[in-house]
Parts: sequence; C-alpha cells; structure tokens
Amino acid sequence: MILNSKRTRWQVLALVLLISLIPLSAFAQGSDPTDDDVNEVARQLYCPVCENIPLDTCGTTACEQWRGIIRDKLAEGWTEDEIKTYFVDQYGDRVLAEPPRRGFNWVVYLVPVVIFVGGGYLFYRGFQQWRAPEPDRTVRKKGKSSPAPAKPSEDDINRVEEELRKRSQG
Amino acid sequence: MVAEIGFGSLFISLIVSVYGIIAAIYGTSNHQKKWVLSAKQAMKLVFPLLTVTVGSLIYLLINNNFEVVYVSQVSSLSMPLYLKITALWGGQAGSLLFWSWLLAGFISAVTLKKWDRDQDFLPWVIVVSLGTLAFFLVLNTFFENPFIRYWQVNQDIVQSFAQPAGGFIVGPRNGGGLNPLLRHPGMVIHPPMQYLGFVAFIVPYAYAMASLINGRSDDRWIQLSRRWTLWAWLFLSLGLILGARWAYDVLGWGGYWGWDPVEISALMPWLSGTAFLHAVLIQEKRGMFKQWPIVLIILTYLLVIFGTFLTRSGLLSSVHSFAASSIGPIFLVFIAVTFIASFWLLSSRWEKFKSRQELTSFFSKEALILISIVLLMGMLATSFWGVIFPNISELVTGAKVTVGPPFYERVAAPILGGMLLIMVICPLAVWSYVSFKHLGKLLWKPFAVSLLGIVLPILGGLTKIPAIIAFWLIAFVLAVNGFEFVRRTRLRRKSETENMFETVSRVFQRNKRSYAAMIIHIGIVFMGLGIIGIEFFQTETQATLAEGQELTLASYTMEYEELEIFDAPDARNVARAIVLVKKDGEVIDEIYPRRDFYYDSGQPVTIPGVRSTLLDDFYVILVDWKSVTSEGATFKVYHNPLVQWLWIGAWVIIGGVVVATWPDKKTSKVTKSAR
Repeated sequence: MILNSKRTRWQVLALVLLISLIPLSAFAQGSDPTDDDVNEVARQLYCPVCENIPLDTCGTTACEQWRGIIRDKLAEGWTEDEIKTYFVDQYGDRVLAEPPRRGFNWVVYLVPVVIFVGGGYLFYRGFQQWRAPEPDRTVRKKGKSSPAPAKPSEDDINRVEEELRKRSQG
Repeated sequence: MVAEIGFGSLFISLIVSVYGIIAAIYGTSNHQKKWVLSAKQAMKLVFPLLTVTVGSLIYLLINNNFEVVYVSQVSSLSMPLYLKITALWGGQAGSLLFWSWLLAGFISAVTLKKWDRDQDFLPWVIVVSLGTLAFFLVLNTFFENPFIRYWQVNQDIVQSFAQPAGGFIVGPRNGGGLNPLLRHPGMVIHPPMQYLGFVAFIVPYAYAMASLINGRSDDRWIQLSRRWTLWAWLFLSLGLILGARWAYDVLGWGGYWGWDPVEISALMPWLSGTAFLHAVLIQEKRGMFKQWPIVLIILTYLLVIFGTFLTRSGLLSSVHSFAASSIGPIFLVFIAVTFIASFWLLSSRWEKFKSRQELTSFFSKEALILISIVLLMGMLATSFWGVIFPNISELVTGAKVTVGPPFYERVAAPILGGMLLIMVICPLAVWSYVSFKHLGKLLWKPFAVSLLGIVLPILGGLTKIPAIIAFWLIAFVLAVNGFEFVRRTRLRRKSETENMFETVSRVFQRNKRSYAAMIIHIGIVFMGLGIIGIEFFQTETQATLAEGQELTLASYTMEYEELEIFDAPDARNVARAIVLVKKDGEVIDEIYPRRDFYYDSGQPVTIPGVRSTLLDDFYVILVDWKSVTSEGATFKVYHNPLVQWLWIGAWVIIGGVVVATWPDKKTSKVTKSAR
C-alpha cells in the first residue's frame, strides 16, 4: 500500500504511537524489564514444587530461575499470555492460579454454581413451606368481632410447656 | 528413662481411655451407676497421665536428648529455651500429642461439672470424648511415637522405641532445629489457639451426640455446651487471626491470607461453627429448627478432624505441611466411621427432632439468621470443593491443578457483602415478626448516616465500585449499631436524673448476650475494613537500591541507609537493612527489614520492616532471593491501607466473647428483684 495522502500518513503515525503505548508491547527486543514487570507475570504462576506459593514471593532457587526465564522472555518481547502458555506447556496446568476453563476442569467452576443455585432454590422452597401467616393485628383495633379461638394444638401446648420450663430454669 | 516414662504414661492413657469407653457403655446399658462413675474417673485421669507424657517430651527437648528422633528433628543446641518448649508442636508426632493433651484437658474439665441433673448425658459424653481421644492416642502410640530413639545395631542405625537385640543408643551431636518459619512469637501462640478451638468443639459435639442417643430433643444439650461453644469459637477465631498475623509478619508476601488449603482447612470448621452458634439461637429463643444445630455441630466436628487430617496426613503439600506421614488412611477411616455413625444416629432420631418450623417474615431475626447460615454453608461448600478438587482432578485426569485465590475470592466477596447486609438489618429485627414498615422506620436514620460511607470515599478520589459498596455497608452496620445502642439506652433510662453510665451498665447487664453479639459484629466489620484495604488498595513495587537511594510508593518514600551483616547468638546469620521512612520529605520512622539465615536447618526467613498506622502500613521486605551486598540490596515494598483494622477487629471480638461468657450473677439479682 502506498501512503500517498498526507492524512493517511498521519493516521498510520498515530496508530504506531498508540500501539507503542500499550504496555505489553513495551518490551521490544533488547529493553530491560523491571522487577515489577517480572513480578506482574510471576504473581499469576505457581511452581510445581512450592505448591500454593505464588512465584513472585517464593524464595527457592528453582523459582528464582523461573523469574529469570520470565525476565528473558519479557526482554524478548513476549506477552504475558505467551509466557504463561510457555510454562503450561512445560509443566502442565498446575502452574496457573486456577484450572484453565476446559474439559474436566469445568467441574470445579460449575459445582459452586450448582451449590448456590440449588441451595438458594431449596432454601426458597423451604421458606415457602415454613411461611406462617402474619399476625393479624388489625382485628382488635377496629373492634370487629374476632373468630372463635381455635383449640390449641398439641404442638402449641408443647411449646408453651417448654417455654415455661425454660423460664423456671433460667 | 524419661522416654520410657513418657511412652509408658501415653500407653496407660490409651488403656484408660478404652476402659472408660467400655465402662461407660456397660454401666449405662446395665443401669449400674458405679461403672459410669468409674468411667468418669477414667476421663478425669487421662489429663494428668498425658501431662506426664508431655512433660517427658519437653524435658527431652530442653535437655537436648538428640538420641530421640523427634528431638533431633525439631530442636537444636542453639535454640532458646522457649523455642525448645514450643518445638513440642513443631513436628508431626509432637503436635498430635499436643492435640491429645489439650483434648484431655478439656474433657477432664467436663467431668468437674455437677452431673446430678444430667446423669443421662454423662455416659455418652464420656464415650464420644474418650473415643475421639483414644483415636489420637492410637496414632501417637502406634504410628507417630514421639519417643522413638536411634539405636546402633552392628553397623546400622535403627529407629525404634524398644532396644533391638545387640543395639545401643546413639544420637547426633546436634539436631536439625525447628523450621525457621516457625521460630516466631506468632507461631508460639497460633497452634495452641487453633488446637484449643479444634478440641473445644468436641465437647458440644459430645453433648449433641448424647442428646441424640438419649432421644432428648429439648435444648438441655445446648445450655450445657453454650460456654464451651463460645470459647471454642473464640479460640478458633484467634487461631485464624494469629495465623494471619504470623503470615503477615514472617512469610514475606505482604498479605495475611493466601487461600492456602491448610488455611482453608482451619476456616471450614470456623464457618460451620459460626453457623452452629447462630442456629442454636433460633432453637433457644424460638424452639424451632432443632435439626439444624445438630447437623451443624456434627459437620463442625467432622471438619475439625478433617482439618487435622489435612495438616497432618501430608495429603497437601504447602507451607503448613512441614510434616508428612503415613497416618492418612487411618484418619480417613476414622472420619468415615464418625460421619456414618453421626448421621445414622441423626436419621434415626430425625422425627423426634422435628420441631415447629415457621417464619412469619423475611425480616424476622430467625429468617435473617437462617439466611446467614445458608451463606456460611455456601462458603463452606465452595471451600471444601476447592480444597479437594486438585485430588479429584489427579484421580480423574492424572494431572494435578492449582485452585488458588481467584477461585475463592469470587465467592467470598459477595458472601461477605451479603453477611454485612444481614448485619445491617439483624440488630433491628426482632424474633418472630417484624414488618418492613417498622424496619424502615428504624433504618432510615442510620441509612442517611451511612451515605457518608459513599460520599467520603468518592470525595477522596475512590472510583472502585465494589470498594465503595463495601465501605457503605460497613458504615451502615456501624451506624445501625450506634443508633440502636442509643435508642435502647434512652428507652430504658429510668428517669431524667439517672446517670447515663448507670443506664448503660444496667442495660448491658440485663441484655448481655445481645450486646455481646453487637460487639462481636462490630469487630467483624472492623476486620472487614482491613480486608477491603488489602483486597482493593494494596500496591507494591520492587527495586534494587544502592545505599542512599530512594524508592517511592503511595505517599511514602523509603531511603536505603545501609546493610549490617552479622551472626546472632542463636546460630543465625542476619542481614539487616536500615531503612528510613519519609513522608513529604520528612523522616518519620526507621525500620529494619531483615533476612535471617539459620545455619542448622540451612533455611532463610525474611522478616519485614513495617511502619504501621491506623490508616496504612508501609511494609518493606529485603528480598531474599536476590544476593544482598553492601553495594545494593533489593527491596519489595507494599502499601497496605487499613490493615491495622484487621487486628483491632480481632481484639474487639475477644472483648465481645468475654462479655458473652461473663458469669450472670448480677443479671440474676436483677431478675429476682424484677420478680
């Protein structure tokens, strides 16, 4: 493509400038990534030996070497995702903070959803079952005749007895 | 000789425990009270017996008896006395023994209670308590004997407790020493608290089981175990918080909670224990949902055993799992047996424990408590699933995966939000019935005040919506509690002339439990502030500085002054940096991040230098994985806003539990006079 118009040339220049501002592409070959850049990637990785300790804080020699690899790859211009993929290819999915969302791993994400949706539904159903009528407080106020009081049920009597017993104990 | 005394006493306590179980069952099934009383004496005896065992092991540790394998693994000549004593729980065999000893202490204390009114509970409380103890004593006697020694037989070194034929005792001149990560004051208190919390929950479980076996569906078992439950909950909470503090001070990653599987295994019984504490309230106050506390205490007991199993079995390898052994399968069998037995018993009594279950309003106290129990259970189920999934994945696909912080945080954040929302409404809700209109009347003023929790952060430049919501909820909870406290005090003020302090103390005494709950919830809200601070606003940077160079993070600047490298008397090489902390160009503090290298174990530990205020922590680590020279040192620096509130919240919670468990003398006087 020939950049013949002045406008197109400015557009391309602006695009180049814009791309250069994207942090991931900041490490052109030969540039030196800072410790923070290395830690940013390392934080998301776990070495297979020091389980559950993120790579950015782990003090073992193996983890130091891994950080060295991250530094080299960043200096070569690799992106964060490319570096993560590199470690996954070498050591398996366990280097990631979470199982990648594919295959059997979906189970780990779906079970909590099932627990919450199922648990919520069961609780809602329970709530419907346990729902008792609200006490009717308007009856006496308005002076209307109230229906004849129902005979107390066995359950009510037990409740009252238990309450009385509690009071006498307390 | 001391090892023989220690092991002998351990073995006798196992026999006494088994005797106690048999005597209690025999006595109760044949209605022979003397056998039950004899079993009670046995339960009393296990504590002094195990104290002899623990004393023997401590004696061996203090006197550097490295011919004892356990001593040689966890102690060394250079360790100070207090660490030699705490090495008791610094390794597998010792920590299991420590567990048993604490449990023996608790169950011996249970026997001191007057049992006249509760004779039917006694045999089954003995069976369950001693059964659990016997299991741990079996582990210590046959699988993890802390008194095994080194013997030389011909040219070979053999590990055995008894003397092999032709063998004589040998031992290294020095031991490997305690894991350096454990040589910290936090580690001195954290495990005892955690274990106390674990074992204390066994007592309410024993009462619950006794109630189930006897088919007593009244709430006597709850009354009997109430104080145990509260203390258990406090110890477990303290164990978690001290563990967090230890991680913050020693592990050197700027945080306090990493969703490590072993941390989660301690959190799980706390979640179910908290749910249990609340379910008990509904039964006590309303006589409803009686199956819930039973299910929850069974769950808590199983999770206590499961948590100990995870830490001790070596199933997981993490910072905590410094000890791995072959006791895993036996643990699993015990968990399976207790699980089946408990739930079988529950199912056989299910109908008997059926109680009135009715809710009149979504906003009644019991409904809100039920919702919070469901939320806690959701968190528990997710945590459990996250912990066991790597093993399931390994079994199914052959590949192990990591289930790390993002997985748990996704669930924990909304649940914490939901819990805060419930804490807003709960102090205002009443038992049985409350109308939305009534609630609205009480809520609008605190709501208006809580808006400050939105306005102030926005004015301060905050843009993160979840953080703003969290701040608002926290402000709302605090406002509701504040208004409610003032409202109740005003209502109960006897006359205009009564001193406000008198009213407050009178109201407090009469309604101690409700105020204790208020205090504990405020403590949790304070802790919430600390959590928000780290989760949303933590920043960090890392750089290598030459002497005199500066590094700026947030509103702080640190200047690296110099590095001192020297040997400390306890066989430790210390690299200690002197760092000036500046704000607005002024030096405001001097901190000393350091790296200790322990010669005996060959391991380093990084101890951060921290400038701490109520607003934020400036936390500096001397990065241990980069070479430290006098020319330059690498520092990792964290800015942790509000983290102090986490520890303040913990103190408030302790205060709340002390109020809740304070003896009732004055209250009963008031009640009597009121009658």
